[in-house]
Amino acid sequence: MKNIGIIFKRELESYFATPVAYVFMVIFLVLSGALTFHMGNFYERGQADLAPFFNFHPWLYLFLVPAISMRLWAEERKSGNIELLLTLPITMIEAVIGKFLAAWLFTSIAVLLTFPLWITVNYLGDPDNGVILAAYIGSLLMAGGFLAIGACISATTKNQVIAFIISVVICFAFLLSGFPIVLDFFRGWAPQYIVDAIASLSFLTHYTSISKGVIDLRDIIYFATLIGCWLYANAVVIEMKKAS
Amino acid sequence: MIEIENLVKKFGPLTAVNDISFTVEPGQVLGFLGPNGAGKSTTMKMITGFLAPTSGTIRVCGHTVEGDSLQAKREIGYLPEGAPSYGEMTPIQFLQFIGDVRGLKGAKRKERIDTVISQLHLQQVINRPIETLSKGFKRRVGLSQAILHDPQVLILDEPTDGLDPNQKYEVRELIKGMSQDKIVVISTHILEEVDAVCSQAIIIANGRVVANETPQELLSRSPTGRMDDVFREITSAEELS
Repeated sequence: MKNIGIIFKRELESYFATPVAYVFMVIFLVLSGALTFHMGNFYERGQADLAPFFNFHPWLYLFLVPAISMRLWAEERKSGNIELLLTLPITMIEAVIGKFLAAWLFTSIAVLLTFPLWITVNYLGDPDNGVILAAYIGSLLMAGGFLAIGACISATTKNQVIAFIISVVICFAFLLSGFPIVLDFFRGWAPQYIVDAIASLSFLTHYTSISKGVIDLRDIIYFATLIGCWLYANAVVIEMKKAS
Repeated sequence: MIEIENLVKKFGPLTAVNDISFTVEPGQVLGFLGPNGAGKSTTMKMITGFLAPTSGTIRVCGHTVEGDSLQAKREIGYLPEGAPSYGEMTPIQFLQFIGDVRGLKGAKRKERIDTVISQLHLQQVINRPIETLSKGFKRRVGLSQAILHDPQVLILDEPTDGLDPNQKYEVRELIKGMSQDKIVVISTHILEEVDAVCSQAIIIANGRVVANETPQELLSRSPTGRMDDVFREITSAEELS
């Protein structure tokens, strides 16, 4: 467990040692603000809540989270550092979790820096802060899901651009798996229970219910399982691909 | 002690390491020689636990690398091929990170870091990002991380590659100085290095051990008394067969 902390700390510091952290945070804050006010009609709606802000999170994450996760393992493999890291006296799981948690905390910092919006809405009206808190929790869980997928994909390649593109595609499928665009692909040949199972995998369904203020244990379990499975796959992929 | 028995590594149809066995005792410096692609690096990657062997066993200080890999990894200091490190970190941050992972704490960690920095003459660059350093300094940063925890076993993949003649000399002296009670395995292309630092030399070609003797014995094989000739004779005979 101590090693997870050491890996985590090194990884987190490396974000801030390069311009990556600042570029990401500025872009995230500018985009989330612009989307909320211009496309979300924050003022015109006349309601004191942050729904227009949270509704855009899945779409923001779709492009920005793979940009964070793409380097997690691809860079490690390209530079040869993976050989150093995995011959240190740590276990694979410690390395995988340490790196994932660092990326997750980093994303969380960016998300929590949107707090001026929360102050604004409290200044202008009297919102239900419980709902806002729930939506933040849901949003961070969803970011964790995106990151776990991205981390696993990043381990499959040395090329960060490929890691980014494939992560976006898979995240998009997970986001939309409740929508006809994905379900129609399976409906023709897969049995109904598989189609239902795929529909229940949708990030959007689970995220939307949390962001309305209902923290259902099932939604939490969904995200926790999703993260756990993808991180496990991440470890398996590294084990398989490290010789190449 | 490193004990290697019947080590085999296959990558699909390719057999990179084909039934290698040898032992290294404390106090020995073993030189690994062989043409490119002979299986030197692959063998080192298996000793350090990075790659799993297809078959065969490796024991490092009594710990089997497959079964007791964390204990084995604690005993080993490893410089991988190309001396990778985290480019955005400075040498001092990098060494602190390695020290933490190696379980060095407080004053002990500081003392070890100061020691390796002076051993490898890194004082002038400790606060510069590693990616901005010259090849020679990068290599020395890699070496410093390998010896930081004063390991019983040192595995160095081409430790003097990219160093100038003076630096090569110093690194060889460093290796010799540390080898008294330790086990050192180095791989190299530079044949004079075998004569300069190694007490035992293994020549590998096509994944097999084709010679395992002292440098003096190797030299006496050739009428010219030159290591280059011995190397060429042994490895080209193997490649033709």
